Amino acid sequence: MDSERGRVVVYAALLGLAGLLAWQAAVAGRPAGQGLPGPVAVARAAAEMLADPFYDRGPNDKGVGLQLLASLRRLAVGYLAASVAAILAGVVLGLSPVLYRAVNPYVQILKPVSPLAWMPLFLYTIRDAGWAAVLVIFMSSLWPTLANTAFGVATIRRDYLHVAAILQLPWRRRLLAVILPAAAPAIVAGLRISLGSAWVAIVAAEMLIGGTGIGYFVWNEWNNLALTSVIFAILAIGAIGVLLDLALAGLGRRLAYSE
Amino acid sequence: MAFLEIDHVTKVFPAPDGRGHVCVFRDVAFSIAAGEFVTMIGHSGCGKSTLLNIVAGLERPSRGGVVLEGREVTRPGMDRMVVFQTFALMPWMTVFDNVRLAVRAAHPDWSRRRIAEHVQRYIDMVGLTGAEGKRPAALSGGMRQRVGLARAFSTEPKVLLLDEPFAQIDALTRGVIQEELLRMWTASRTTVFMVTHDVDEAILLSDRIALMTPGPEARLAEIVPVKLPRPRTRAELLDDPEYVRLRAHVLRFLVEGGRRPPTPEVQALAAPTGRAPTLVRGR
Repeated sequence: MDSERGRVVVYAALLGLAGLLAWQAAVAGRPAGQGLPGPVAVARAAAEMLADPFYDRGPNDKGVGLQLLASLRRLAVGYLAASVAAILAGVVLGLSPVLYRAVNPYVQILKPVSPLAWMPLFLYTIRDAGWAAVLVIFMSSLWPTLANTAFGVATIRRDYLHVAAILQLPWRRRLLAVILPAAAPAIVAGLRISLGSAWVAIVAAEMLIGGTGIGYFVWNEWNNLALTSVIFAILAIGAIGVLLDLALAGLGRRLAYSE
Repeated sequence: MAFLEIDHVTKVFPAPDGRGHVCVFRDVAFSIAAGEFVTMIGHSGCGKSTLLNIVAGLERPSRGGVVLEGREVTRPGMDRMVVFQTFALMPWMTVFDNVRLAVRAAHPDWSRRRIAEHVQRYIDMVGLTGAEGKRPAALSGGMRQRVGLARAFSTEPKVLLLDEPFAQIDALTRGVIQEELLRMWTASRTTVFMVTHDVDEAILLSDRIALMTPGPEARLAEIVPVKLPRPRTRAELLDDPEYVRLRAHVLRFLVEGGRRPPTPEVQALAAPTGRAPTLVRGR
């Protein structure tokens, strides 16, 4: 077991190193500023940006930390609102097979729509680019949580619901003590998928709306032809995505149960 | 008036192939006195668990009804606690919290401390002192069902409904828990309706045993009184001639496939009463 784990670490390190070397070899020999930047140039730029990530010199020149924070703030608002809505709706649908089947066709039609397709409608109706981006996040994180919650609640063992019915628990206690804990593993699985797709969508949404956010940062640096910043932003987006997912994985472990 | 009356209950399910209906059992009629322990035995598929669920209010009868203290049972309630074959403990809750959920529901006006003391008393009663903080997954089947018993008794229900409560517990532990149940029942004198297919269990515990013919269209065939003195222990019963006779009687019924016609007593019970439905629906 431990030796297997050790081998995994060694392989991962070797693969990473090989990738970096290949990358560096591919870009070597070109004059600086031409072609794709190599890992050394990116690392240098990253060190520079991480030295002062929160500077603010006007709307077109903010530190990468500030831009990430702007994106995370949008993510928090849109994702949390969508999660609450999706969990509540999912519980209702999970408890009522008839309603579930009645609503399902509409969910199936809306689910494959890219959340960005809603953007024009949001821009037209609320006339605020920042809130439109938040609503895109909302749309991108709705469906996986909704579907997983409905499934999780629908497959709760009848015995647990029977106990709740015999104890005549009021609906609030029934929800908090029985339904949500019973469906928690499925709900958290949905929340993880939703968070991933929200984090994917925010970059594209911010490219469209401009102003602030890591997506805007990427687009702005592309316009400046600062590809080192673009590559660094890609890595930062990936790293934050991993951290967010790890946080929810931890929540999932806490809420897991074995029968 | 009987304390708990099963009044000509018939249960019909839609057929599995979606065409027509299957009658599980028909015109089951008997009553249980307050404090009595009545067990129903029958082959799988005779609908005994369905009948128990109807008494619990978890399922509705197709015809007839169940009357508890003059009121028709239409939905589940705290006056009829169920002990499930599958234990039905909340796996995300500790032993303590599982019992506490029931006590809180039964006594919403009690203080936290009073609730905790009451919970502890019943956990001690089933011999689980020290296991309060454990989750059900960490317990053996026998220990889990002790939690189930503690949860059911802790609310002091009028009727206790036991749905093959020890079927999933190993044979050695089963006997021990049966005697514990007997002790708790003797102390509480709750009315009990149990379904099982364990003949020894039925004789050890019951005042009367109701025998069902096999389904579909199962019927109540006979009600056997168990005239063995209490308190009973498994060890003492083994050599008791009455026990041996009863055991043979019930087993013969089951082995013969329950093809015997209903006894005159049961025929009289199941006969149409001639009176209008005993109660107003939903009173």
